[in-house]
Amino acid sequence: MEFSYDNEQVALREAVHGLLTRAYGGDQRRAVTAKDPGFDEDTWGRLAEMGVLGLPFAEADGGMGAGPVEVSIVAEEVGRVLAPEPFVAAVVLAGGLVSDVGTAAQRSEVLGALAEGTLVPAFAHQEPGSRWEPTARSVTATADGDGWRLTGVKEPVPHGARADLLVVSAAVEGATRLFLVRADSAGLTRTGYRTHDGTRAAKVEFDGTPAELLGAGDADRAAAVEKAQARARVAYAHEALGAMETALTTTAEYLRTRKQFGVTLNKFQALTFRAADMYVSLELARSTVLWATLVVDADGDVVAAADRARLQVSRASRHLGKEAIQLHGGIGMTAEYKIGHYTSRLTAIDHLLGDGDWALARLAATVGDHETVDPLS
Amino acid sequence: MRLHLSPEDHAFRDEMRTFFTTAVPQSIRDAVAARRELTREQFVETQQVLNAAGLAVPHWPVEWGGRAWTPLQRHIWHEEMMAACVPPPLAFNTTMVGPVIATFGSQEQKERFLPPTANLDIWWCQGFSEPDAGSDLASLRTTAVRDGDDWVVNGQKTWTTLGQHADWIFCLVRTDPAAPKRQRGISFLLFPMDSPGVTLRPIELIDGGHEVNEVFFEDVRVPAGNLVGEENRGWDYAKFLLGNERVGVAPVASTKRLLAQAKEHARGLEVGGRPLAEDPLMAARIAELENELLALELTAIRVVANSADGRPHPASSVLKLRGTELQQAVTELVVDIAGPAAVASSAEGDSTVPEWARLATPAYLNFRKASIYGGSNEVQRQIIAGSILGL
Repeated sequence: MEFSYDNEQVALREAVHGLLTRAYGGDQRRAVTAKDPGFDEDTWGRLAEMGVLGLPFAEADGGMGAGPVEVSIVAEEVGRVLAPEPFVAAVVLAGGLVSDVGTAAQRSEVLGALAEGTLVPAFAHQEPGSRWEPTARSVTATADGDGWRLTGVKEPVPHGARADLLVVSAAVEGATRLFLVRADSAGLTRTGYRTHDGTRAAKVEFDGTPAELLGAGDADRAAAVEKAQARARVAYAHEALGAMETALTTTAEYLRTRKQFGVTLNKFQALTFRAADMYVSLELARSTVLWATLVVDADGDVVAAADRARLQVSRASRHLGKEAIQLHGGIGMTAEYKIGHYTSRLTAIDHLLGDGDWALARLAATVGDHETVDPLS
Repeated sequence: MRLHLSPEDHAFRDEMRTFFTTAVPQSIRDAVAARRELTREQFVETQQVLNAAGLAVPHWPVEWGGRAWTPLQRHIWHEEMMAACVPPPLAFNTTMVGPVIATFGSQEQKERFLPPTANLDIWWCQGFSEPDAGSDLASLRTTAVRDGDDWVVNGQKTWTTLGQHADWIFCLVRTDPAAPKRQRGISFLLFPMDSPGVTLRPIELIDGGHEVNEVFFEDVRVPAGNLVGEENRGWDYAKFLLGNERVGVAPVASTKRLLAQAKEHARGLEVGGRPLAEDPLMAARIAELENELLALELTAIRVVANSADGRPHPASSVLKLRGTELQQAVTELVVDIAGPAAVASSAEGDSTVPEWARLATPAYLNFRKASIYGGSNEVQRQIIAGSILGL
């Protein structure tokens, strides 16, 4: 087992870090997220130029043929500066589904354009009343000649109003299948709104909306959704790691410089011990997340590894997010100062694809299947 | 970045696993698995089996029995040993005084002490803590005054673990009370526990056991040749000793083993018509502990892999802190699984209470020590805040 990055991976990190620090190193994020689409199209274009938006896809499909470690590096840098660009949502999750399930023609068309930055896809999966299941229920698909028509409501759909293309899960005779819906389709109504973390989501209504089946054949795609979401959980975990690291370093810097009672706050052990505990949470989460990425890389039990990362990161991100505000005091409550935005984003990540208790319930259900958990086996 | 062990490390792991599960007497491994107290003879026999196979002191210099393994191999050695319920080589010998003598001792001291230290022919105990010098070790007051060719030692040590078995003690003593910094005037002395003027008094702990002792020194004469390294440099050697160990800082494999046993116990108890292990709260508690232990184990591997330059990885304080917390959490879990039977700690032979349940509460009480010894967890937080976060 080996946890160090090679030279190319280090170079990728430096390049993405440089680009995103130029874009969001100051207080640009508030202005960018104040207006639609909630991220900066120019930055998105520069990420495309750098090859980042096609990283995980096969070269034959217009991608870079890189692996989950490279994806994880980008996600961490996105989290580090809280870049609002939908890297994980569009590339890892929506793009990942097209890559896994799509026909050669669909892969080439969608992933090529995604990699070039000309098409932003979103995965429309969450339904009112559902709770992080891999299946679709209330949105249904019916065959219509050579094509399909979708009916029902998806909400919240991250970046659903901005997306050029929706990857939609829908129920067909009890099975879950995946469809592509263009933004300009008839019978499609999208109502976008700002989310608490400054990004965007939408209510997406389908009313006999024409749709193209993703992939060939009539297989149930619930397992494909489960696996793509598992990979996205791991990528989001890296985004959370980047955000938690900044939250901690920012908090430590504040404790070193803020004066009360005539001394800097780091003279108070009650505060420094809490910062030390934040570091413990962060490093333990980092270990699990790095390991989960390597499980994805080796195509092991990706779903279980993602659940383990999800649980550890959920616990850590709540711990760090809450303590970061508390240790800052009142300034941490203000929208003008950055730390609270980190907490808000960590809270959003925690609820996008299953929270810690959700992951724990799944792990608890299988706890009797093994004697010990052995990462070296 | 690579998930799996290399083929060489995999083979190494198999070799270790085979050795530990076949070469060490089953009766000793059973005693460890049942969490029984080991006898002196069981410790000695195990270490001599390991030493004969070159597995007692792999981290020592090669000329004194070391193996020049990679940090990951040492990690695997340690974890396989613990997973197989093999009592590890006595830490006082192999990770404490041995490396100090090997690094700072004279050639004569090395030849005299290192072979019997590796083989547990000499059982060492540690004379560091004093009644007024716990976490603040530098405030120690035991003195050694030079008198001719001897040092004359007076004072008191405490928390001397397994001192009742010990042949020799390595001891921090104040040799220059006038030193400008209190860390400066301390030396590192070696002497036999049966020296005239040494008195050992057992301390009974809250679990009823006798594990630690007080040791009193009254005009104990120690030959000058038993001072290790330079006079008044003992603090440096103590810091070396305490910071020397990167492998096994967190008790990962032993805690995993205990958690696996706990699951087994929970499967065997029926509550409301189903096994306790299937109670949703119990299953969640176990699953969360498993996940925390996984994070700890992976962190231990990260720390080991990054300590090749000899300097501690900053996350090693995390290992001590979280490792002991989880060790304690699992001992607590076992008590809760035992439930009402956990009260029957002193039940005798024909009791209906199984042995594991009888030992559960004493073990839980005993392991409250883990977050105190070896630099209390508050000291670890201080290290993290200070040297990692710059606070």
